[in-house]
This record gives sequence, structure tokens and C-alpha cells, in this order.
Amino acid sequence: MPDSVLVVGAAAAGLGVAEALRRKDYSGQLTILGAEPHVPYDRPPLSKQVLAGDWEPDRIRLRTQEVLDGLKAQFILGDPAVSLDVSSHVVRTACGRTLTADAIVIATGLKPRMLPGGGDLSGVHVLRTLNDALGLRAALQAGLTTDARVVVVGDGVLGAEITATARSMGLNVTMTGPQPRPLDMQFGPMVSGMLADLHTENGVTLRLGTGVDRITGAGGAVTGVRLSDGEVIPADLVVVAVGAAPETSWLEGSGLTLDNGVVCDASCRAAEGIYAAGDVARWHHETLGTTLRLENRTNASEQAGAVADAILGSSAPFVPVPYMWTDQHGVKIQVHGTLHPDAEVTIADGDPSVVNEQGKRRFVARFRHEGRVTGVLGWNMPKQTIQRRREILADLSPA
Amino acid sequence: MKVTVDSEKCCAGGNCVMTAPDVFDQRDSDGTVVLLNDSPPAELHDAVREAADVCPSACITVSE
Ligand SMILES: Cc1cc2nc3c(=O)[nH]c(=O)nc-3n(C[C@H](O)[C@H](O)[C@H](O)COP(=O)(O)OP(=O)(O)OC[C@H]3O[C@@H](n4cnc5c(N)ncnc54)[C@H](O)[C@@H]3O)c2cc1C
Repeated sequence: MPDSVLVVGAAAAGLGVAEALRRKDYSGQLTILGAEPHVPYDRPPLSKQVLAGDWEPDRIRLRTQEVLDGLKAQFILGDPAVSLDVSSHVVRTACGRTLTADAIVIATGLKPRMLPGGGDLSGVHVLRTLNDALGLRAALQAGLTTDARVVVVGDGVLGAEITATARSMGLNVTMTGPQPRPLDMQFGPMVSGMLADLHTENGVTLRLGTGVDRITGAGGAVTGVRLSDGEVIPADLVVVAVGAAPETSWLEGSGLTLDNGVVCDASCRAAEGIYAAGDVARWHHETLGTTLRLENRTNASEQAGAVADAILGSSAPFVPVPYMWTDQHGVKIQVHGTLHPDAEVTIADGDPSVVNEQGKRRFVARFRHEGRVTGVLGWNMPKQTIQRRREILADLSPA
Repeated sequence: MKVTVDSEKCCAGGNCVMTAPDVFDQRDSDGTVVLLNDSPPAELHDAVREAADVCPSACITVSE
């Protein structure tokens, strides 16, 4: 068992490793290094309650100070790691610290992508951190008073959530992206079609099916977005949500294998005594028979537990059933397992065509691919959805 | 052990129910957490601590 553990990244996955180690009675030295100055906070509310102005930052702390103190860990915040030496286990930081530990955990998450032309213009936003969320919120609130035209570039989960929240604040919002419907690749035509209707019913303008090439500007301020067919959609405020890349820039030259994430074995080990967890980690999922990198909140905590086990000597493979959720216009969508875009979709519970007294549709859809249930998707039906998860578990045996 | 939940923060993921089904349940209507026992017996403490740690909305607090 290692005498000391250093966790790089002080958010859901990093904190989760520290907590899981202590829960499993690890009594060695624990250090958590984080780039941001804030105490560990949660990201999902950033595009929902925090952006809408319903919650202040204090509400998204991951843990109370009392719980953090109980971890008996040293927190070094506001000082990003800049390099790792794999053989000596030395991490150097931007402020000049040199840290070392028997076991090192990489949990540095993602960095949002920018579109050409957008880097230096005012009025162009991304959303990953608390500071991003507060900046975007202030811009949206200011935009309300000037009747700003908001364009969201991105038809994935984050783009759709930002669209929904900005619209709920009363803004005039256009959503753009290359897919025919929001989240078409993830959810398939039936559910993404319902999502498209949901956005439209709530007053969003959908300009989907043609990707955005670049952001246009004049005098240092954004003026619009240019679609790949040449058309320009005018905008006063643009939110770029076109995905994010694993934050591995500090690991260049470390000797670790970096390939769309830190590449790990089946128990999340990247090298001797070095592990990765959360959005940044790509590991070999044994029962699915493929490498996987998940960008969802539950995985950050679950993989953190697996990494703690590996640090403590286990070689058990990490074989989760993936789970994600998203909230848009008051609808909660939850997905367990994986949804193939060409899956056969059947309704397991509820009825998508019925609107109940609360004005809501409710159903659970079962996704079958190559003869087995690979995923279930719930629309406003959390408890029933989780009960259907068993059908995937039963089917998720090695092929 | 004393368990509290912040049901306004709950995202209805149901991880707590999978981890400690004797202590947590979900409302049928919207999946929000229902605390079945705020002072669980010792044999459930490990499961409850794990449920608090893995809750994806960080809405379960345990004090001991
Ligand atoms: C706006 C938003 C909404 C989301 N909504 C949902 C949702 O509804 N449902 C869902 O399932 N998932 C959602 N997610 C995804 C979920 O939040 C992530 O999967 C989760 O945060 C991953 O945790 P992590 O700890 O791996 O990475 P992160 O949360 O990104 O944390 C990584 C940490 O490492 C730090 N760091 C980076 N580089 C360094 C360095 N060099 N040195 C030290 N520290 C460093 C960063 O500052 C950061 O604090 C959302 C994400 C965002 C951004």
C-alpha cells in the first residue's frame, strides 16, 4: 500500500478518490492539488440553476467545510500542475511547487473547444467552470435589457441545456449545430425529435442541420456565426458548446500514453503507481470489450471508487453501466447504458403521446441493438427508469 | 450516524437507492430522494457513507 497519494484535479473525480480512500480506511498522506481557487464544486448546476440565477455558488460546493476537514487531506488550490515525471513521480506546479507521492491520480477533466474566429472577441462564451458560468450569467442578464440575440453553437447536451436555460430567463435564443435534431446522435431520431419539439414549443429557434464554421466579429466584438453553407446568423452573444478535449496538456512529454484522454488499463492504471479518473480517463471496459471515456457526473464518482480500489491493490476491472442525465425545459431525461443510434426503440413504461395533468409527458424507452438491450432512456420517469436498468445488467455479459 | 438529504438539490439519479436500499427510496412521481431512516443501524453505515460520496448531486450529508 502506498504511503502517500497525490490527486491532481480537485473536483468530482479527484475529491471522490480521496473520499473513497478514506472510506476504505486508507490512513496515509493525502494531497489534493487543484487549478481553480474555489473549494471543490459541482458542474451540472452550472448550466441549470447557477446559470438561471436560482442558485449562488455556495450552493454547489461538493462538501461542507466540516466534511472536507474530516478527510485529513492537504488541499493546494489555485495552483495548476504543469508537468509530471512518470519515473520519479514528481509533479511540478505553476507556482513552483515540487510534489511527489507513491501514487498519483490524474483527474484534470476537460477544456472546452473554441471555434475559429472566436478566441479574442467579446460576447463569445464557453461554459466549463464556475467563473465561466458567472460570466455567462451576467452577460445573459445584461442581454435581457438590450433584447440581445443569443446564438448557441452546439446541438449536444451542453448546448441544449444552455439553450433551455437562457430561454427560460426570457432571452431570444437560436440553437445551431450540424445534426438534424438536438442530441440526434446520442438519443436517436424518436427522442431527439421530441426534444426538437420541446425546444420549439418553448420558443427556441432551431437552426439545425448545418454546422457552424466560424465566429464573425467587428471592432473586437462578436457579430454572428457563419454556417458551413456561407450563411451568417447575426448575434450579440454567442455560446460555444462544441465539445471539450481532455485536459492533458500538462502531461505532454510525461511518457504516458495520451490518445483522446489518459489511456489506462481495465483497472484505470496509466503506469506503475499512476491512475486516472473522471472525464480525462480513457480505460478498457472489459465487458463492453472496448476503450471508453465517459463525460458524465456519475462516472466521475464511480471511477474514483475504482481508482481508490486499484491504489489499495485491487486488480478488479472497472465495468460500470454508464449513466447520464440532462434537464431541459423542465424535462428530466436519464440514460442508463449505451444507446446505439440505429437501435430498435420500444416503449417499456408510460406513453410518449400522453400529456398528463401537470403538462408533462412520461415514458421509459428501451433500446435494443443486435438482439440485446444496451440501454434505457427515461423521460420524466426516474424511478421507473432505474428499475428498467436491470434489463441492461442482465444483458451486459461478455459477448 | 445522522443522515440528512437536500431534496431540492436531488437529481433523481437513484444511486443512493442502488447503494443503500434500506435507507433511501425515490418518489414515484419525480424520483426525488425519500429518506427511510435518518439514523441507520451500524451494519448499514458503510453503504450510507458510500451513497453520500457517490451521489451525483451531492445532496446527502452524513454526520457521525
Ligand atoms: C456545465 C456542465 C453541465 C453538466 N451537466 C451534467 C449533467 O446534467 N449530467 C451529467 O451526468 N454530467 C453533466 N456534466 C458533466 C460532469 O460535470 C462531468 O462529467 C464531471 O464534472 C467530471 O468530473 P471530473 O472531476 O472528471 O472533471 P472536472 O469536473 O472537469 O474537474 C477537473 C478539475 O481539475 C482541475 N484541473 C485542470 N487542469 C489542472 C491542472 N493542470 N492541475 C490541477 N488541476 C487541474 C480543473 O480546474 C477542475 O476543477 C456537466 C458538465 C458541465 C461543464
